[in-house]
Amino acid sequence: MTCLPERTTRKLGLVIDLDTCVGCQACVTNCKEWNTGGHMAPLTDTNPYGAEADGVWFNRVHSYEVTTPEGNSQSLHFPRSCLHCDDAACVTVCPTGASYKRTSDGIVLVDEDKCIGCKLCSWACPYGAREYDVFEGVMKKCTLCVDRIYNENLDQEDRVPACVLTCPTGARHYGDLSDPQSDVSRLVRKRDGRDLMPEMGYRPTNKYLPQREKSGEGSTSPRNGRALAPLEDTSGASGLLGWVDRMLERMD
Amino acid sequence: MHPAASVILFTTASGVGYGILALAPLLVAYGLLPDDNPWLGGALMLPALGLVTLGLLSSTFHLGHPERAWRALSQWKSSWLSREGVMAIISYPPALAYTYAWVILGAVDGPWVWAGFATVMTALGTLFTTGMIYRSLKPIPAWATDWTVTGYLTLGPLTGLVVIIAVATGFGLHPVRFQAVAIIFVLAAAIAKNAYWSRQHKAWDEHAQNNGAAVASPGNAVRSIEWPHTEANYVLKEMGYRVARKHAERLRRVARNLLLVAPAAIFCVLPSILPLPYLIWAIIPGALLTLAGVLVERWLFFAEAKHVVSLYYGAD
Repeated sequence: MTCLPERTTRKLGLVIDLDTCVGCQACVTNCKEWNTGGHMAPLTDTNPYGAEADGVWFNRVHSYEVTTPEGNSQSLHFPRSCLHCDDAACVTVCPTGASYKRTSDGIVLVDEDKCIGCKLCSWACPYGAREYDVFEGVMKKCTLCVDRIYNENLDQEDRVPACVLTCPTGARHYGDLSDPQSDVSRLVRKRDGRDLMPEMGYRPTNKYLPQREKSGEGSTSPRNGRALAPLEDTSGASGLLGWVDRMLERMD
Repeated sequence: MHPAASVILFTTASGVGYGILALAPLLVAYGLLPDDNPWLGGALMLPALGLVTLGLLSSTFHLGHPERAWRALSQWKSSWLSREGVMAIISYPPALAYTYAWVILGAVDGPWVWAGFATVMTALGTLFTTGMIYRSLKPIPAWATDWTVTGYLTLGPLTGLVVIIAVATGFGLHPVRFQAVAIIFVLAAAIAKNAYWSRQHKAWDEHAQNNGAAVASPGNAVRSIEWPHTEANYVLKEMGYRVARKHAERLRRVARNLLLVAPAAIFCVLPSILPLPYLIWAIIPGALLTLAGVLVERWLFFAEAKHVVSLYYGAD
């Protein structure tokens, strides 16, 4: 049934630290690697080695320049994948029952055998998390590596989503966001974790930890030019250069 | 949104069909259409049934798995798309019964009037559910308004009405008898579409202005400097109906003239000026112009509707 569960027993999801992510694309690669042989396999590609490589990817990393109202700017690497929303409209719009949200852990999945490929769910998702497979004629999406996290053939420490396992900077965290005492919930509280596009009202499970403020003393913002300030300090000049410096200062 | 040709065809064809189904029984009930001419009944009801069937079939063309289309009737509890499919099917029995009475029995009376009532209600119900599919998509701000539904509920009957008037005029009825009805529906469509058009860009800007909220950085200005390595994702490609978007202003003028101005002149004014033998030569092109107008309007409806996911790709 595509009606959403009133509440889920757990809310498994990701917490992504935008302050730590360096945009290395490792999570993207390992996601593709695992999932092209996993629950939603295969993740087909169009022209994979050509100039316009394209295909089904559950995780993509964007890069942005973010500028505060004060004019400080910094780069932001932003991984984007399914947020396993509480109010997942991608599920309720599905006419066939192929899309569903699990009551046990809140994971949003697609039953490929029921999907008719109408693509309405991809229109209903503000985050672009649904990926249509043109070769198989069905919609695919992030499974939160449902075939890893419960996989008893894997060692306990490997039972996490592939993207989390592979992140070299520890920017991706996985856990139960319904449990206020879980590590991920603590992290969200401590770092003011945020919903993406909260105005949409989808109540995403995944949270993003905002970048820490890097303005002020020692800021490297090109706007205020302080990055070069130590290199322009002439107070140590002596001898002929020191004299020229002092004389030129007096000119105006 | 990328307007699949089959979706444009579907909404246009079925709009005309449900428009006829929604109005013909009413016009009969109010004595504007005679029910004692089975040929007239056949000339209206059979094309209407054909058009809604064509629309229903063409809506399966863009599916990845058309052979599973029957599954789409199962989730009416949550999905407007499913409800639309169910309504479309429910509308057949009364429409067929009404057609039977008009065309075979040669009169619509007694219990058949109730079949007509059910035909009107289910036709309007189908148009309503179609509109709700788009209205309920919050990530497409242009659509997330009641004016979307109003558009479906007025354009369907308007296009149905111009076809009814053209056919009735062909059967020798003077179109001046439909003048008042034409004025009502042209006005209603004009209000609905102009309200929709005047609001759509404002609705988008409200989201685009706060694109920082899309990357957990509300209040900050965000500029895309690099796309993910496989470039556009699926939904973004759906957005790229560039020709219509490039010429949106011009196309909207075309749609407004064909869909609203032309029928206002031809169906609301001309019938009281021109004598009947000449009128038919205005009424039939008038109906075709209106239908061409609704095709342009459909194209724009999809092509101009931007999805918020394009904010991740630097849309403004």
